[in-house]
Amino acid sequence: MANNYIGLFDVIGPVMVGPSSSHTSGAATIAWMARQIFSGTPVKAEFRLYGSFAETYKGHGTDRALIGGMLGYRSDDVRIRNAYMYARKNWLRVEFVADKETPVSHPNTVDIVITGEDGHTLLVRGESIGGGRVRIRRINEIEVDFNGEYSTMIIGHQDVTGTVAYITKCLAEESVNVATLKLFREEKGKKAFTVIETDGSISEELKEKILQYETITSVDLIEI
Amino acid sequence: MNWDFKNAEELLRLCNKKDMPVSEVMIRREMQLGETRRKAIMDRIDANLRVMNTAVDKPISEPSRSMGGLLGGEAKKLNSLDESKAICGPAIHRAIINALAVAETNASMGVIVAAPTAGSAGVLPAVLLSMYESYDISIDAMRCGLINAGAIGYIITRNGSVAGAEAGCQAEVGSASAMAASAIVEMLGGTPEQCCHAASIALSNLLGLACDPVRGLVEVPCQTRNAIGAVGAYTAAELALAGVGPRIPLDEMIQITYDVGRALPESIRETAKGGCAVAPSLCAECSREAAWQKARAHL
Repeated sequence: MANNYIGLFDVIGPVMVGPSSSHTSGAATIAWMARQIFSGTPVKAEFRLYGSFAETYKGHGTDRALIGGMLGYRSDDVRIRNAYMYARKNWLRVEFVADKETPVSHPNTVDIVITGEDGHTLLVRGESIGGGRVRIRRINEIEVDFNGEYSTMIIGHQDVTGTVAYITKCLAEESVNVATLKLFREEKGKKAFTVIETDGSISEELKEKILQYETITSVDLIEI
Repeated sequence: MNWDFKNAEELLRLCNKKDMPVSEVMIRREMQLGETRRKAIMDRIDANLRVMNTAVDKPISEPSRSMGGLLGGEAKKLNSLDESKAICGPAIHRAIINALAVAETNASMGVIVAAPTAGSAGVLPAVLLSMYESYDISIDAMRCGLINAGAIGYIITRNGSVAGAEAGCQAEVGSASAMAASAIVEMLGGTPEQCCHAASIALSNLLGLACDPVRGLVEVPCQTRNAIGAVGAYTAAELALAGVGPRIPLDEMIQITYDVGRALPESIRETAKGGCAVAPSLCAECSREAAWQKARAHL
């Protein structure tokens, strides 16, 4: 899947909870990725749906898929069907806002605002681009672009010289091969995210080591 | 040895050079590009076949209402149809039941294999499982059938489209029908040329098919379209095995389908603004139901 070719199981697959690869499977994956990026246990998730998501989310089970993803379920997990019940069991409050007015660049767009036990929040914008594939387009106020088809490390930091050099040094020491590295920032010198997609998986130790650097504020992993 | 192929012509060249069926070339391609072993591929194929089997079974024994409420129980109804009225014959009768069943599983948030899409997920299980039941087909032949279908689906994905929003239902059910037609041919011992011929006929027979889901849901007319995709696959396979039908090379037919798809008006490309989606009687029912649901919400 990570390699750049259309494989047998891209065509005969994915195995997924229906009814729609873009409205159900993709929605679950976006929420699942948002959950991975969020540190701590979510107590509330607010989903703002745009475009086609806002129009038909109930009939496609988009709402249940999003809740399921937020609970850590992958898009082939049958628990998605009863996601509202599992949300109650896990003390997760959910809220849906269908915004049919605000124009968005992709018709299947959702903003997820997650609140943790300690009250901190995270906003993740995702787009479901077809066939179950997704793109994350925003984390908090910063525009990003990655798809979770590789092991992905999302590093929040100040846009200060030397930060990226430190990160790549850590990766090299652990012999992690980088597939892509992208830096997204609010403004020069302010908050930034470095998103690194790697061929192998990333260890917790490596994550801790990167987190030690003074300008780095968060490190989150999405393992495929 | 490079096992990659970009289109049907290159696939056929590989098949002929190595004297292999389509499925075997596809396995070698997957092993090479995915850096994986045959066993891993076969395990995943088996897992997918199990999902397909379950998706067929449940709606027949325990039907459930779809999320949008437009369907539920159709497969069971057809399954209990009096034998004297099952005029399509046992294999096709079974295929139609299977197609309706998977579409119901999909629409009621059950687990399916998108092949190539969720909306067209009924066609391949319909054909593979009805072949298994009605003919003396081994499980191994069924595995090869599914892989063969994957090869055709890959060629269409690469050179055309499998998205209803881009190229109409012909890109979804049409592609699934082409994949299934080719699979049938290989399962019955036909040649790779006959596989591609069958796929080409199946595509040409569903050329121009609108994607017009009522209320934008994957329910009506998607469910019965899956049935016709499966039946069309049987027809195309039989024609190709007999050597009749339009001789349009598969690569040309894929391009034709793609061109026609993009020429379709937007109203019949998954927007629910045309075709069956605006059938007055269905729309009236929708608004009645919407009014009822609204009233119920206030109770």
